[in-house]
Amino acid sequence: MTAYLTKRLLIALVTLAVASVVVFSMIEIVPGDPARLMLGMNATADAVQALRDQMGLDQPLLVRYFEWVSHLLTFDLGKSYTYNVPVRDLVMERLVVSLPLAIIALALSALIAIPVGIFSAERRGRMADTISMGAAQIGVAVPNFWFALLLIYVFAVWLHLVPAGGFPGWSAGVWPALKSLILPAIGLALPQAAILSRVTRSAMLEVLGEDYIRTARAKGMPRNAVLWHHALRNALIPVLTILGLQFAFLLAGTIIIENVLYLPGLGRLIFQAITQRDLIVVESVVMLLVAVVVLVNLLVDLSYAIVDPRLRTRR
Amino acid sequence: MKSWKTILAAAAIALATSTAAMAARTDLVLGVVLEPPHLDPTAGAAAAIREVVYANVFEGLTRVGPKGEVLPDLAESWTVSDDGKVYTFRLHSGVKFHDGSDFSAEDVKFSLDRARAPESTNAQKGLFEAIDTVEVVDPTTVKVTLKHPQGAFLYNMGWGDAVIVSPKSADTNKEKPIGTGPFKFDSWARGSSIKLVKSDTYWGDPVYLDKVEFRIIPDASAAVPAILSGDVQAFPNMPVGDSLSQLQSDPRLKVVIGSTEGETILAMNNKKPPFDNLKVRQAISHALDRQAIIDGASNGLGTPIGSHFAPHNPAYIDLTGTYPHDVEKAKELLKEAGLENGFKTTLKLPPPAYARDGGQIIASELREIGIDAEITPLEWADWLKQVFTDKDYDMTIVSHTEPNDIDIYSRKDYYFNYQNADFNKVIDELNLTSDEAKRKELYGEAQKILAKDVPVGFLFELPKIGVWDAKLEGLWDNAPILANDLTKVKWAD
Repeated sequence: MTAYLTKRLLIALVTLAVASVVVFSMIEIVPGDPARLMLGMNATADAVQALRDQMGLDQPLLVRYFEWVSHLLTFDLGKSYTYNVPVRDLVMERLVVSLPLAIIALALSALIAIPVGIFSAERRGRMADTISMGAAQIGVAVPNFWFALLLIYVFAVWLHLVPAGGFPGWSAGVWPALKSLILPAIGLALPQAAILSRVTRSAMLEVLGEDYIRTARAKGMPRNAVLWHHALRNALIPVLTILGLQFAFLLAGTIIIENVLYLPGLGRLIFQAITQRDLIVVESVVMLLVAVVVLVNLLVDLSYAIVDPRLRTRR
Repeated sequence: MKSWKTILAAAAIALATSTAAMAARTDLVLGVVLEPPHLDPTAGAAAAIREVVYANVFEGLTRVGPKGEVLPDLAESWTVSDDGKVYTFRLHSGVKFHDGSDFSAEDVKFSLDRARAPESTNAQKGLFEAIDTVEVVDPTTVKVTLKHPQGAFLYNMGWGDAVIVSPKSADTNKEKPIGTGPFKFDSWARGSSIKLVKSDTYWGDPVYLDKVEFRIIPDASAAVPAILSGDVQAFPNMPVGDSLSQLQSDPRLKVVIGSTEGETILAMNNKKPPFDNLKVRQAISHALDRQAIIDGASNGLGTPIGSHFAPHNPAYIDLTGTYPHDVEKAKELLKEAGLENGFKTTLKLPPPAYARDGGQIIASELREIGIDAEITPLEWADWLKQVFTDKDYDMTIVSHTEPNDIDIYSRKDYYFNYQNADFNKVIDELNLTSDEAKRKELYGEAQKILAKDVPVGFLFELPKIGVWDAKLEGLWDNAPILANDLTKVKWAD
């Protein structure tokens, strides 16, 4: 177990180091001058130069890289060029939207997908299986933002049950805040649930064909006990892998849905920062996301060990 | 079905009248497309900054009104010396900044000196270039001496970049703007909304609204349901996508098509062959079908232009007939230029829809006369670098949104790479002239020179589509300057 853990941790650290170099150099290569972008077409050259000096843009690349990394190590993400506030504050403001949204969407997705997957695996080839997998196929094909728009027209424009977008902030109360997260969470969850249910189904089918299931059944074990106790646990590894990937996606890969519902989430922060060449925000936030993905993967790896005891003893 | 509609309508009317009977609303949620990077108009060019703070939070010596006219603001009156070089401003007394400190002539001196200092990051530093000295005569009098007479000086002082700030808050205005205006900054949830509230200490006419929220809605597909559901009650500059007729047919909403200061042009690199040849530029102008471009690139709402001037300006002259759409004539001119087989070129397009959609149409129109323009889409930062700064381009499409900016054609090293001594002479004279009639005449001359010389292809004036609740009054129909002036906005009783 310790060896397994150490190895995973080492891989995670190396990934982070490589990522920092890649992220930094990619973003520095992108053409465009943040100072000129802020001051616009009518600005004089000396005003632009004055702003470049203020931003410290004329220092050598290596100096800026090491400065950035050393600040990162102390959890100092730097100060935004455009907003002129610490990047950490910006990230925190966005996380209070993106994190609950990702968690709700993920929970919804799992709650829908896992039972549906098990259900259709058990009724393989029958009508119920065909219908639920057909629905899943549509769910995979429908873009989440389009689905969210449809929900807005029904529940906001027509029924006036929820706002048509935006986020009032948690200070406006838990219920108003949650209300504005419901539609995007559903919009995000359904396509994810569709993928997850297909994965669950095929993983279950594979396990259900194993000898030990037949043995358990032959022993006279109740159908549901076999399904939930013996089969599901062994089918969980691919399901957990997909869930981990989905969490990373839901945290920052939701730019389009955030635009459509004008939610102030992390995805939009990055998108805006890229178009405004707010390099330090892009670098720090992307790095932070890399760290989250690495961490989630680490947790998923560890959860394999819990689900599958063989991994615990393997050297 | 029909009876249901009647009942619903009756209920809506009953509800509306019952609320109106109580008291007029004093809150407003206003949609804006772009989030400002920060809120200091003296340190950034973004239109989004002005759309929140101009006239609402910050005030200048003068200001620009809804028709583009210069109005007194913090300066209650002024006198100009006979040689046109000394402006003496008489300031309002009893004016306070939102932090409670008093406003005086010292703040005016501080603001103007700061804007023109060597380390200034003012995006429109050129506005202050004529200023020689700023002197405080007494707390309510300030004397500005210019190096040379400047016809547009009072107008220049009305720009958002020339607002008066306090030395105490100048460095923090980006995050927490402190001005003298009728609204004060309340809060900013980044990525989401900016809130202003009425200032109790305002010196001028009190405003009607108590609370204003600017909600950031970047996408047309989000803007339309937001205004239909009533979450947002006004969208002064709305991205409508293809929903314009749907909005126009909704009786609860008012749709106003106004004009802007955005001259949309097909810019050409005048130093680069074959664009250095007048005949080629004329041929390109003849090849352009403005109406088709307007239909495709601005919902058919733009106004055609034949020079670099806004049609709503009193000094405007219609020069759209200088080189009318004429494919045969265009081919002939190309032949005269020795390019009867046409040529290959590039067209670099920034992100706005007018450029991307307009570019497709223009490329196909150019193909008709044998010019093969390869389209390259660029994002803004890249466009500013390649086209604007490095001048590494053949043709591009862009809208110049600064007001009264015909002088850009006289600038050295501007991205058009255009120089014309006659034109520069007119602009120099214009700079020194303050007599209105004479200025108008000079503006006319400048327009004519450009219309004939076509350093760029003149396309259309960008429209402004304003959509707001039918009961809302006082929003600007046109945008003579980039602003959402809320000082006269109220809900009808």
